[in-house]
Amino acid sequence: MYKVKVYVTLKESVLDPQGNAVKNSLHSLSYNEVEEVRIGKYMELTIGGSTENVEKRIEEMCERLLANTVIEDYRYEIEEVVSQ
Amino acid sequence: MKFAVIVFPGSNCDVDMYHAIADELGEEASYVRFDETSLEGFDAVLLPGGFSYGDYLRSGAIARFAPIMKEVIKAAEAGKPVLGVCNGFQILLEAGLLPGAMKRNDRLKFMCRPVELIVENNQTLFTNGYEKNEVITVPIAHGEGNYYCDEKTLKELEESNRIAFRYQSNPNGSVADIAGITNKEGNVLGMMPHPERAVDRLLGSNDGLKLFKSILHNWREAYVTQA
Repeated sequence: MYKVKVYVTLKESVLDPQGNAVKNSLHSLSYNEVEEVRIGKYMELTIGGSTENVEKRIEEMCERLLANTVIEDYRYEIEEVVSQ
Repeated sequence: MKFAVIVFPGSNCDVDMYHAIADELGEEASYVRFDETSLEGFDAVLLPGGFSYGDYLRSGAIARFAPIMKEVIKAAEAGKPVLGVCNGFQILLEAGLLPGAMKRNDRLKFMCRPVELIVENNQTLFTNGYEKNEVITVPIAHGEGNYYCDEKTLKELEESNRIAFRYQSNPNGSVADIAGITNKEGNVLGMMPHPERAVDRLLGSNDGLKLFKSILHNWREAYVTQA
């Protein structure tokens, strides 16, 4: 079994309206050191069995559904979970 | 002319779309569920607005893989008119039938009001009933209508005259004031404003009706030529 953590964020080149609003709010709380906020999504996938090509299939899932690569970047971490 | 109105779980402008075709345009319309697998016999496909699959993950991201979408893509490839409004536009973007993507409105608010649009290209099968640069009033109702594409794509859209409508006063931060675009072949149109909600003066505007009349006019021309 694998546990996969997928992170999706807007690309660097794409303005993030939500991130901007949160940054302004942090500034209004006097956290002036905050230079940028990027808001993204975090997903946890549990992959059953002894699936082969886990990485290739996760990559495919990200490209086809989990991220929209026109505006988003993604990265993931794959952890093997030993069942007890 | 026979129009298919696609209904996804969470569509909520399907009835307005049906009304625009059946009662205002006076043509045949049928609802087609997201899980059906045929669009045989239909001359045009309409993807209505709403919140398909609750907008989970991204607007249109899950609807794009609904069984009926294979047939919508086939219809588009066969040159049939395919119109996506609001969530329907978002689905067309996710399906790759149109380039670009939608972001949250720049002011992060759901905008719901009539806006003025400029008819940028009146040479499409959806807009031939309008004058070029005609200003029309059509309502918007969206939280994610901030159209984005990279500079290369924008240049391509502009050079090949694929921007059908622009906002006169940009409500959502959309790149180059884009309100609606067509595909390369010109038979797929995606737009955020709702022409189906502007088909009767009693409700504020009937400027949207010309869009449906254009589709019908174009179809009749083609039919008469073939016959």
